[in-house]
Amino acid sequence: MLLITCPWCGPRDEIEFSCGGEAHITRPSEPEALTDEAWADYLFNRTNPKGPHAERWVHTHGCRRWFNVLRNTATNEILAVYEMGKPRPDGEGS
Amino acid sequence: MRPQRMRLASGGRIDRTRPLSFSFDGTRYQGFAGDTLASALMANGVRRVGRSFKLHRFRGIFSAGAEEPNAIVQLESGPRTVPNLRATQVELYDGLSAASVNAWPSLAVDFLAINSLFAPLLPAGFYYKTFMWPKPLWHACEGMIRRAAGLGRAPMDPDPDTYDHLHAHCDVLVVGGGPTGLAAALRAGRTGARVIIADEQNELGGQLLNNRQQVDGSLGADWVATACEEFVGTANVRVLTRTTAFGHYEHNHVALLERRTDHLGPGVDGVRQRLWKVRAKQVVLAAGAYERPIVFRNNDRPGVMLASAAAAYVNRYAVRPGQRAVVFTNNDSGYAAAADLADGGVPVAAIVDARLEAGDDAAALAAVRDIEVLNGFAVVDVKGRRQVAGADVSILNDEGAATGGSARTIGCDLLAVSGGWNPCVHLHCHSGGKLDFDSDWACFVPGRTPLASRAAGAAAGVFELAACLESGFEAGARAARAAGIKRRGRARKAPAAERNSPAPARRLFHVPSLKRGGEAKAFVDLQYDVTAADISLAAREGYESVEHVKRYTTLGMATDQGKTSNVAGLAILSGVLGRPIPEVGTTTFRPPYTAVTYGALAGRDVGDFADPVRKTPMHHWHVAAGAKFEDVGQWKRPWYYPRADESMQEAVNRECLAARNTIGVLDASTLGKIDIQGRDTVTFLNRVYTNTWDSLAVGRSRYGLMCGEDGMIFDDGVTTRLGDHHYLMTTTSGGAARVMSWLEEWLQTEWPELDVRLTSVTEQWASAGLCGPGARRLMDDLSEDLPLDSEALPFMAMAEGRVAEIPARVFRISFSGEVSFEINVAARYGMALWNALMTAGEKYGITPYGTEAMHVLRAEKGYIIAGQETDGTVTPIDLGLERMVSKKKDFIGKRSLSRSDTAREDRKQLVGLLTEDESEVLPEGAQIVAEPRPMPPMEMIGHVTSSYYSANVGRSIALALIRSGRSRVGEYVFAPLPGKRVMARVVEPVFFDPEGGRLHG
Repeated sequence: MLLITCPWCGPRDEIEFSCGGEAHITRPSEPEALTDEAWADYLFNRTNPKGPHAERWVHTHGCRRWFNVLRNTATNEILAVYEMGKPRPDGEGS
Repeated sequence: MRPQRMRLASGGRIDRTRPLSFSFDGTRYQGFAGDTLASALMANGVRRVGRSFKLHRFRGIFSAGAEEPNAIVQLESGPRTVPNLRATQVELYDGLSAASVNAWPSLAVDFLAINSLFAPLLPAGFYYKTFMWPKPLWHACEGMIRRAAGLGRAPMDPDPDTYDHLHAHCDVLVVGGGPTGLAAALRAGRTGARVIIADEQNELGGQLLNNRQQVDGSLGADWVATACEEFVGTANVRVLTRTTAFGHYEHNHVALLERRTDHLGPGVDGVRQRLWKVRAKQVVLAAGAYERPIVFRNNDRPGVMLASAAAAYVNRYAVRPGQRAVVFTNNDSGYAAAADLADGGVPVAAIVDARLEAGDDAAALAAVRDIEVLNGFAVVDVKGRRQVAGADVSILNDEGAATGGSARTIGCDLLAVSGGWNPCVHLHCHSGGKLDFDSDWACFVPGRTPLASRAAGAAAGVFELAACLESGFEAGARAARAAGIKRRGRARKAPAAERNSPAPARRLFHVPSLKRGGEAKAFVDLQYDVTAADISLAAREGYESVEHVKRYTTLGMATDQGKTSNVAGLAILSGVLGRPIPEVGTTTFRPPYTAVTYGALAGRDVGDFADPVRKTPMHHWHVAAGAKFEDVGQWKRPWYYPRADESMQEAVNRECLAARNTIGVLDASTLGKIDIQGRDTVTFLNRVYTNTWDSLAVGRSRYGLMCGEDGMIFDDGVTTRLGDHHYLMTTTSGGAARVMSWLEEWLQTEWPELDVRLTSVTEQWASAGLCGPGARRLMDDLSEDLPLDSEALPFMAMAEGRVAEIPARVFRISFSGEVSFEINVAARYGMALWNALMTAGEKYGITPYGTEAMHVLRAEKGYIIAGQETDGTVTPIDLGLERMVSKKKDFIGKRSLSRSDTAREDRKQLVGLLTEDESEVLPEGAQIVAEPRPMPPMEMIGHVTSSYYSANVGRSIALALIRSGRSRVGEYVFAPLPGKRVMARVVEPVFFDPEGGRLHG
């Protein structure tokens, strides 16, 4: 079970959290302007890296706040925890 | 009671003043406190303790610990029976009753032993090859084969025992209480670090209890006692015995199973087992090592045993494991075992050493006791069928093959084998730890790990006592420092032990048989009868990956998970393939290290504690009224209220008729309620609902549909504007939490700029829904300050006032199609409101109705239920709710509604179905076809989503999702059901009051 440091509550067991999938996917501002392919890409396609992966978590059974986690998917090492809206601390991705 | 004829007169860690009686396979025996079931059986001269899995050959006690492959027992009977326990780990208690597994009808006479004669016909992959074709043959034989192949039996009754869970945090967790673990815990404890040391045995000490080595000048066991005294005096060190660390997970989460009462026998008061969930800053793995066997022909005969285990039985349990021993070894540790056997009254006929030369200290052990040593020899076969009667030995050549030279048979009934040691790397591997190959000892040792964890002592490939103590001591110091403990503590030297001058081990896993076909009786995996021949066969048939070989031969897949067989199997495979062992690889170790009871995993989360139960404020009234309940999420909702001897259908019919003809009342408290406030609430509602919210006036309500971003309906409900920037949203009863989380997610992650605040108020409000022609009259009787006529409080409006003198919000919303008043009061007034309604409504014939009638009433009107008419693949358009979908604005899921698949014309659409036979009620979920055939396959064009008998319509009604359904209205479709075919006409999905006049009334 992961040990996740909630930015507001401190380190807690994974069981208190829910994972919301890949981070830094912004909802298109004008969906109607997108092609079917571009919309499908936003809707369905996600990266699946072996290594650092930015993902969203929510402290479901705690403060209920959302935040971002940079986690190494190969080792489960948590490289960073950062607030929603902040850029990826390792400069990768968007 | 028979005497314990193999028991030594003195010594051992048993209490001869506390005799314990027990039975095995129906025979009664006596042992002593401190015995395991295995040592007690051995003391009584019981040598055959089981039959092998496939060939049903006799098997005897092979080890003295967790690695035991043979002595597998079924403990006790009835609801507390435990299958597949290792007799070597079952502590003896008075009255213990155990039976061998895998023998039928009995261990002595086993009909399936005949399999042994057919052994040549049962090679690796036999079942795959034989039953590949024709398939029905496997189905015909499967039951018989599985019965024949069974190990233990699971209990059939509910578990009567109590279990619990405990969360713990520490700086340093030490796994294993042998010399290494003790040294680590001592050192870390002295720094003030919070230490937990856990050991699976009944007392700390590990190998020091099994041998006679000295630490700091005293006997190992005495040094252990001193260490334990230091722990008792150290508040920051917690000692857990009878506790197995069975899983090592991410971020140093370690699961421990503490067996608290198992050693006292079944049915003892208190918590039987406790699951510890430990989060450790640092872990020291001091789990020790397994001695490994050497594979040779008939190496499975009762009396073949690991050498260290044989010594453990003499030293720890004061039992002679045989009358006359031969020790077969490829390293120095076999000599120490031989010395212990000789000193414990088991004459050692010979030490068969695969090496040409032993270490000086080892050689001296034999010389002093005048034990014959055969250097450069190997055991090639075992004499005796029911148990060991002798060992055939022969000279070994440089390639590790027996030459047949100087062959002789040495009479013995105990053949103690040491093939070197395998570090116990399981926990290291559980969470991604890598393994390195130590070519000196030909064993896998822990390598890199992503965790704050370090192995020490034998678990790290350090096999000499003095080095283990130093390794543990240093690991303890480093772990404490890494955990952030600044104090160094009393800087003492590591506990000291004598240093020997060992000679290297010889790499020898397998002695090829001199006999043709002999490999078929050279066992690698004793529990699953996997032989050297099976592994060779698998390799010859092209299974080169160790993972494939494992599955093809079942190597290492038995209850012992290959603790004594995996490395030997790998070595043999490496020989056949001609590739070095580390290239062949190793199999994956997964938790649990040894089996864990379901009871411990479940802990207290059983029975009433399995899941929370939510009850409305009016629950007790429903119970008193004899309601039957339905589970909706975690809620208990009244389903229907049967009177006297009414059937369910009769009760539901009565409730439905009352709701449309007099007054019905429904407990609607479970409906999800979210209080929404903030200046941007309208913007927010416009984005999450498919329809528009700009024009909604204060005091008015509107129905809304929510979609996921994929355009599929997610939830629905009515939202009411309470003030300028204040709204109350309702959701489905089961979807409340999901909707709340969904809305929060969008607000926090996508639209943080919106000024909107959400508060769940589901449990703050109790709600009673009145409907029917008499509803307004009753409201009138109970309220003085509320406007009730259709002009002042029209359909989809809300007013605040008092009902039965209780402050209330009254909503003109309806899920029945009748004039309705949904009265919301503070939860603490729920019961008072309900009582007032029932009392005042009695003269109008007020009738409480449950969820079943609610479902029928709404289906009569064609109102959908999210989750019943929808299943995550249904859009608003599919349900004919185009008018709910705004063209003017964007909302979650809108873009998806124009994707090619969502926009196509022939999607499943909501329609009504009327069966030709009006009394026929289609089962919900029934498949619908347009062209029925006598037999499948038929093309399915849809399914029934809701189906009831409607007393108000006077016939059965159904809703269904059918491909291009709207264009089929008027057509006939069919539901092929078991034994019959039901014909139904497709109709508009409204069965009652299609104009909706009653709603506004």
